[in-house]
Amino acid sequence: MGAAIMDFARQGRPAGGASLAFRNATIGYDRHPALHHLSASFPAGSMTAVVGPNGAGKSTLLKAAIGHIRPIGGDVAIDGCRRTEIAYLPQLNEIDRTFPLPVFDFVAMGLWQRRGAFGGYGRDDDEDVARALAGVGLAGFEQRPLDTLSGGQLQRVLFARLALQDAPLILLDEPFTAVDDRTIGELMDLIDRWNAEGRTVVAVLHDLELVRRRFQRTLLIARRLIAEGATADVLTAENLAAARHHIEAWDEAAPFCEAEPAP
Amino acid sequence: MTAADLLAAFSDFAFMRRALAGCLVLSVAAAPVGVFLMLRRLSLTGDAMAHAILPGVAAGYLLAGLNLWAMTAGGLAAGLAIALMASAVTRLTPLREDASLATLYLVSLALGVILISARGSAVDVMHLLFGSVLAIDDTALIFIGIVASITVLAFAVMWRPLVLECVDPGFLKAVGGRGAIIHVAFMLVMVLNLIAGFQALGTLLSVGLMMLPAASARFWTRSLGAMTALAMAFAALSSVAGLTASFAANLPSGPAIIVAAGILYALSVAFGPTGGLIARLRPARHRTG
Repeated sequence: MGAAIMDFARQGRPAGGASLAFRNATIGYDRHPALHHLSASFPAGSMTAVVGPNGAGKSTLLKAAIGHIRPIGGDVAIDGCRRTEIAYLPQLNEIDRTFPLPVFDFVAMGLWQRRGAFGGYGRDDDEDVARALAGVGLAGFEQRPLDTLSGGQLQRVLFARLALQDAPLILLDEPFTAVDDRTIGELMDLIDRWNAEGRTVVAVLHDLELVRRRFQRTLLIARRLIAEGATADVLTAENLAAARHHIEAWDEAAPFCEAEPAP
Repeated sequence: MTAADLLAAFSDFAFMRRALAGCLVLSVAAAPVGVFLMLRRLSLTGDAMAHAILPGVAAGYLLAGLNLWAMTAGGLAAGLAIALMASAVTRLTPLREDASLATLYLVSLALGVILISARGSAVDVMHLLFGSVLAIDDTALIFIGIVASITVLAFAVMWRPLVLECVDPGFLKAVGGRGAIIHVAFMLVMVLNLIAGFQALGTLLSVGLMMLPAASARFWTRSLGAMTALAMAFAALSSVAGLTASFAANLPSGPAIIVAAGILYALSVAFGPTGGLIARLRPARHRTG
């Protein structure tokens, strides 16, 4: 799998990543803010983990970045690429896995910027798709229907599509649910490589151990900004307690994140 | 009556030929609509819309008699109004889309029947609700042809975004594909097909030529393209069988076609290799890897 990744990485875009910034942004559904007066920035070429308890607004943050939700107040600024060029990895439950579609057709959607809604796929595209699949360890899976994939395989397929998008800004929403440890390691290597190519990466994660090991920057939120900066400075006992407390003050019934070990 | 006599029904009677041509063209157009309705889990939406277009068709009938274009315009307006109202109710109130569609289409159906009986007779009501082969004149044939052409073109143009809108709507939105427009275009094509179908099948049953062949095809293949082609073939087969039976046994044509499609569906549920009952009961041999 290593060689395949190298292969794929070579055709990455030389240009640097795009930056993303929230300026006093309040974002929510209907009139309930999920993120309250948030100011945070993700510089070009950075790699940042976004953590926080359940209901902290992590997914909302990403959805606001790709324009699915318009901010109620403040603004969300992207510099260095168009909003539609952002590569976004949705949570698995947002995908209809029963739809009878071969893996090739699904991954090839990553070429949307190149081929659009109507353009046909040529031989180059076939090879790019094959390379992207090989890059996530799923060589030869082109004709498998989506509904025969395991959760981990589907997650790899999503990564392959993401790779094809060749985007300067990559947003990952809980990319490692239903994925075993070995696969997490391989996919993290892939993310590192994207970042090394100059792409900006923002990943919503629950596993704090993984964040400590693999991410230099972290953003801790609980409906508002708790802390931002170097991971070691952000994931302190006080900050994590503050994040939990803040959610609690907002909604008595909100459950805590079960994947959060005491630091 | 022999098989030759049944074939002669089509060669001897122009109205049978027109009905056959109309139903075959309709099969090609309605089947892909049905496949996507099924895969998007909107099967009952198709049914609700079929009821919903009735007051519009009735209004056209009241104003202009059995004039195809007036009834079409009315049906289109009513179908779109109901679709938009249902999604507005869903977005603005806690009611889910299925519940809001159900309430709207029941009221529509009631309104439609009241409108028709205000001027017409029980025969007219039956005609609009369940159709009649005799109603397929040259104008109706031309209309069905236009609708089928629009449908095939529309699917050719929006196939990829429509598939993506079903599988991963978030991604389509993120890359700047206009999912809402695709959805409205799809609903529009569906309403057009329902109206094209109501001459032969009636407003209530025209959805059957969409849904039954699509649901049957699901039991034979996992490939979207093959499923669509198979649904077209099933719809065409049901049309031929239904029309023949309706001629031979003097049955109403619309219900006969839908019952034929129903028989195909039952056979598919029983014998279909992908998820059919017998395939499921038979002890499956497994592969080594």
